[in-house]
Amino acid sequence: MIYRRRPSPLHSARAASGSGWCAALAIAALAVSNPVFLIAVLVAVVAGGALAGVGRELGRGLRWALPAALAITIVNALVTTDGLTVIWRFGNLPVLGYRYVTAEATVYGAILGLRAVILILCGILYTTCVDPDELLMMFRRVSYRSALSATLATRLVPLLGRDARRLADAQRCRPGPPPSRAALLRAATSNVLDRALDVAAALEVRGYAHARGRAGSGGLRTWSRHDLAFMASALAVATLAIGGRLAGLVGFDAYPMVSIATGVGTGALSLAVIVCALAPFADRRGIVR
Amino acid sequence: MTAIAFDRVSYRYPDAASPALSDVSVRIEPGELVVVAGGSGSGKSTLLRAVSGLVPHFHGGTFAGRVTVGSLDTRAHGPGELSSVVGTLFQDPETQVVMGTVRAELAFGLHNRGLGPAAVARGVEEAALSLGITPLLDRVTAELSGGELQRTALGAALAGRPGVLVLDEPTSQLDPVAGDELIGLLRRANEDGDTTIVLAEHRLERCLHAADRVIALDGGRIVCDDTPERFLAWAGSNAPALSTPGARLLAGVGCEPAPGVKRARAALRGRGLLPGGGASRGSEESPRMVDKSPSRRRWRRGRERAPAALQLRGVWHELRDGPVLLRDVELALQAGERVALMGRNGAGKSTLLRHAAGLMTATRGSVRAPGRVALLMQNPGDYLVHERVADEAPAPALRAVGLDGPAFARRHPRELSGGEKQRLALAVVLGDPGRQRERPAVVCLDEPTRGMDRDHRRALTALLSELDAAVLVATHDPEFAASFADRVVLLADGAVIADGPATDVLTGGSYFVTETARILGGAFGALTPEQGIAALTAISDEAQAVPV
Repeated sequence: MIYRRRPSPLHSARAASGSGWCAALAIAALAVSNPVFLIAVLVAVVAGGALAGVGRELGRGLRWALPAALAITIVNALVTTDGLTVIWRFGNLPVLGYRYVTAEATVYGAILGLRAVILILCGILYTTCVDPDELLMMFRRVSYRSALSATLATRLVPLLGRDARRLADAQRCRPGPPPSRAALLRAATSNVLDRALDVAAALEVRGYAHARGRAGSGGLRTWSRHDLAFMASALAVATLAIGGRLAGLVGFDAYPMVSIATGVGTGALSLAVIVCALAPFADRRGIVR
Repeated sequence: MTAIAFDRVSYRYPDAASPALSDVSVRIEPGELVVVAGGSGSGKSTLLRAVSGLVPHFHGGTFAGRVTVGSLDTRAHGPGELSSVVGTLFQDPETQVVMGTVRAELAFGLHNRGLGPAAVARGVEEAALSLGITPLLDRVTAELSGGELQRTALGAALAGRPGVLVLDEPTSQLDPVAGDELIGLLRRANEDGDTTIVLAEHRLERCLHAADRVIALDGGRIVCDDTPERFLAWAGSNAPALSTPGARLLAGVGCEPAPGVKRARAALRGRGLLPGGGASRGSEESPRMVDKSPSRRRWRRGRERAPAALQLRGVWHELRDGPVLLRDVELALQAGERVALMGRNGAGKSTLLRHAAGLMTATRGSVRAPGRVALLMQNPGDYLVHERVADEAPAPALRAVGLDGPAFARRHPRELSGGEKQRLALAVVLGDPGRQRERPAVVCLDEPTRGMDRDHRRALTALLSELDAAVLVATHDPEFAASFADRVVLLADGAVIADGPATDVLTGGSYFVTETARILGGAFGALTPEQGIAALTAISDEAQAVPV
């Protein structure tokens, strides 16, 4: 799962706009808990991914995002005892005491799970649609240290993916009982540190640290209509989410009883988020599939 | 002006017990191509890192003395500033290629220097043209092969035409063809661009012929600084581990050591030991020598025995949307057989080993192994997950690889040297020899000599020769293959293109051959200097015995 230039408006937008658009969708998911609105954000993310040509990658991401969401739902339902509507009683359990499951805790767990799915898909969109090289140049002008951190994080993901596969294969080659998960985690962490040092050294000798503050040729690029469209879309999505929350249009309370705002305002706001998020994809002039 | 000057430089890494460099003083003039030689831990990499400014700015530690690169004192100028005059290439291309596409990678350093778009585009184009990687420019770096990655990294180091280029074992992950190409490219950059090149290498036979000068290090001190010829003469008596096979061959027949195949042949011809006008092919012209060779006899015996410890029958590995990795591979290994698997980067060697160990499933064909197949992959660190050496493998396995005893038992695996890590990882995959279930019938190793010095390679050869199991080793190192293998299998584009005794396969070409075989043109089936000396001495004796 790596960035590959594709014929889509999102890939044509500069990294600042593309990453801003992904971040706005993530902010919308974090700012609002209303399930109607969250589903609208999910629709925007999935449709955006499909229009950007990374639908298959999102599908692959969903394969492990959905089990994660289910796990979050179950854990919240089992751990939280708030809420008035009891739907299952376990009775007295050793150590844990009297346990029961409420509909409210289950619903809130599902909301958290849905939010996690959206965040994971936003991360996949960012990874597959935002040019990391351009982002590296962009960050470099802001601050050397933040740029180095961002770069290391971006560069390390594919490297660590390969390392993890190698480590797993190596463990399959061991005779006898496999090592403990703690031992594996320790080894993997050490590998991460070694890799980070190697990448940082490579960046140093390529003059990255010395380049801070320099615009270089990347800074001269004029804003295209795709850049502007995705930046405007990001601002609109973030404004709708935060504004809607402040205006009380996307209200949601899980406890003590589930209360979801489902009025016309909520519906309109949700629809507006989808339209604003996907509008930049309508401009496909000059993009040949 | 001197290109690089070390003035009484001493350096100790943080928390290190002993200094990595001790009182090093040396001057390298503009346009020189200098090879830095030495065993593992001799200070080669530290010397190069001092030139690029990583020592001390990146690594910390205690630094004394002065390093000047061009007009820049590395105490005052860090690696970022030095990058405008020094291009650096490390051993592992995976971690030094930092951009998403080859074009962006070549442009990265130029952007960092603040060049404008036109200058960046020109720099990228020139670097790509000079290395022949123009077709790769728009490729994604994550999808490049090891050789392509290394060429890309070299292009990135050369872009902007730095006055000095430092390279730390750049050929260690390359096949012999790509390794020779890289040395040729460096020579061209050195001659055409007047670039000063400092190159650290373990496989000196690959690069010595291109060098103007050799600096040998031992324990962080310079022990020899001379021309390649004089270095080889010095190494012959003072540091045999640094001597090339060609030099040992020449010394063995009483000639002055000379770097490179061409000069070695000339030296032998001068003594009447090689026929003039091209080398002979041993298999046809000296069948007696070949037939008598013990490796051919062992190979023949091995082929006749049954059943196989490992059998691959018509194995294909085809990716759904990608290339074919293995094509109809037929391979059988008998118990106790020693087989080297050779081929270019991306030929399918690692894939074949993974199939043998059951880590991959063939899309067609079958893999049969009645016993356990132990696989040691390229990175031994992947196998080491515990806090103490004693916890990694059972005591008998540690004893088998020479890592038993209290000196090792409590050490952290990460503190071990590269060679020791390799042996420890081998102990991990070998398992407890006392347990029938864990005892491997086949041991597969993937590039075990990567970055290893000659002493460690020799120790590994001895270790492999003691194993009862069949041994299959993927390697780019013909010298190592010749030292342990009875049989060599050559892969190309996923298919077996040669399978025969080492004496045949490793003498019958230009790339996958030992230096001795190259010098002798494959004559006498001689692979090692010792075999070559014996054959040449026999010829010399026969010539003297003929009455005039």
